[in-house]
Amino acid sequence: MNGAIDALVLRQVGKIYGGRRALADVSARFEPGRVAAVLGPNGAGKSTLLGILATLLAPASGEVRWGDATLERGSPLRARIGYVGHDPGLYGDLTAEENLRLFAGLHGRDHGPTRARTLLERVGLADAAPDVAVRGFSRGMLQRLALARALAHDPDLLLFDEPSAALDPAGAAWLGAELLAERAAGRIVVLVTHDLDAAAAVADQVVILRRGRVVFDETRTERFGPQALRDAYEASCGR
Amino acid sequence: MAASFAGQVLRVAAKDLRIELRSREVMATMTFMAVVIVLIFSFAFVVEGTRPPPGVTAGILWVALVVSGTVGLARTFDREREGEAIRSLLMTPIPRPAIYLGKLAATVTLMLLTEAVLTALVAVLFSAGIGASIGRVSALLILGTIGFAAVGCVFSAALLRARGRDAMLSTLLYPIIVPIVIAGARGTAQIIDPVSPDLDGAAFWTQFLGALDILFLTVGLWSFEPVVTGD
Repeated sequence: MNGAIDALVLRQVGKIYGGRRALADVSARFEPGRVAAVLGPNGAGKSTLLGILATLLAPASGEVRWGDATLERGSPLRARIGYVGHDPGLYGDLTAEENLRLFAGLHGRDHGPTRARTLLERVGLADAAPDVAVRGFSRGMLQRLALARALAHDPDLLLFDEPSAALDPAGAAWLGAELLAERAAGRIVVLVTHDLDAAAAVADQVVILRRGRVVFDETRTERFGPQALRDAYEASCGR
Repeated sequence: MAASFAGQVLRVAAKDLRIELRSREVMATMTFMAVVIVLIFSFAFVVEGTRPPPGVTAGILWVALVVSGTVGLARTFDREREGEAIRSLLMTPIPRPAIYLGKLAATVTLMLLTEAVLTALVAVLFSAGIGASIGRVSALLILGTIGFAAVGCVFSAALLRARGRDAMLSTLLYPIIVPIVIAGARGTAQIIDPVSPDLDGAAFWTQFLGALDILFLTVGLWSFEPVVTGD
């Protein structure tokens, strides 16, 4: 990581798609060393928000500040961001090591096969066949490799978009433990999910979006209990 | 340390070529398509060993190039869409023009390899005098391929998440590359004409293709980022 990490601050961020308002005046603050869960029903603007944080989308209004800089589309700050989506974001015809070295290299961080193998060990893929294209990997293995890819350049901000979708319970539990490990490492972790139980297990901060607006934003020193989170969600969005 | 711009372009291109070397899927499809087209036209135009006019031969060569190139473009960009690999690529800090030029370089390389087979086949089946003027014909093919791929990479990126993208790619791409096909076919016909080759005319079409390449590359570099992010 790159020394002390500044908080990520969203100020009245808005986004419009084809005349439809996807986000409206979204303000929030994501601190390092915390896991922030962004929840909300379909169409609430969660993925749009994540796209803006990932610098893939430009806000129509407002701004995202990270330290002294503004996080904009295509910003060089994306060198400090790691992204894990529900799709693995990998090339199926390359091996695990080739994928890791490719993306590390594109970040200017290809330190050779040793670093790639360290990452594979870190995500429990040390025993994966080195010559097998990742197309042959199981869903769980792909998601482990996706996390290794996101960590390959040692990012300060980790974004997760429904990362446990289609994972079996063991895989989802492993991912939850990894989120907490990244939190303990002092990174900013933002998790977008529909899974309230998964969010309750890891989140220090919960932001609930509804129709593009923040309807709930609370940070607790104690973890949110599953029932408390469910109650907050239902109070904000209905059943 | 961050790689140079050229290094980043090469890394993206090498990735595509490494994938193709392993799967051989794009090359096989492109070559098959090109060979089938040339064979069909040869059955139609080569009757009892008579050689078709050079304009016909050149037209067949360029039609096969465009059709097989379209197949190659679509499949090369499909690999970016599968598993949302393109998102990971866009999340790297390399400039978008480096991604564009890397994809372009890989596409041009694959197309040129296919065209080597295609040109040899056309020379044999149509008894075309390509061998004697291979330098001039190659110049036309290389410039035409760069222009075709420069436009094609932009449209393929724009259609990454579109339904029916294969049909849409042809519909959008072909009207724009008409000048490339006309210039390429005219120039090639003038070069391979066995009776009265017009090398000055061919030189004009070569320069015209070079100018089109500059135009299409400039537009491609400028437009790639907004089309690939869809924002």
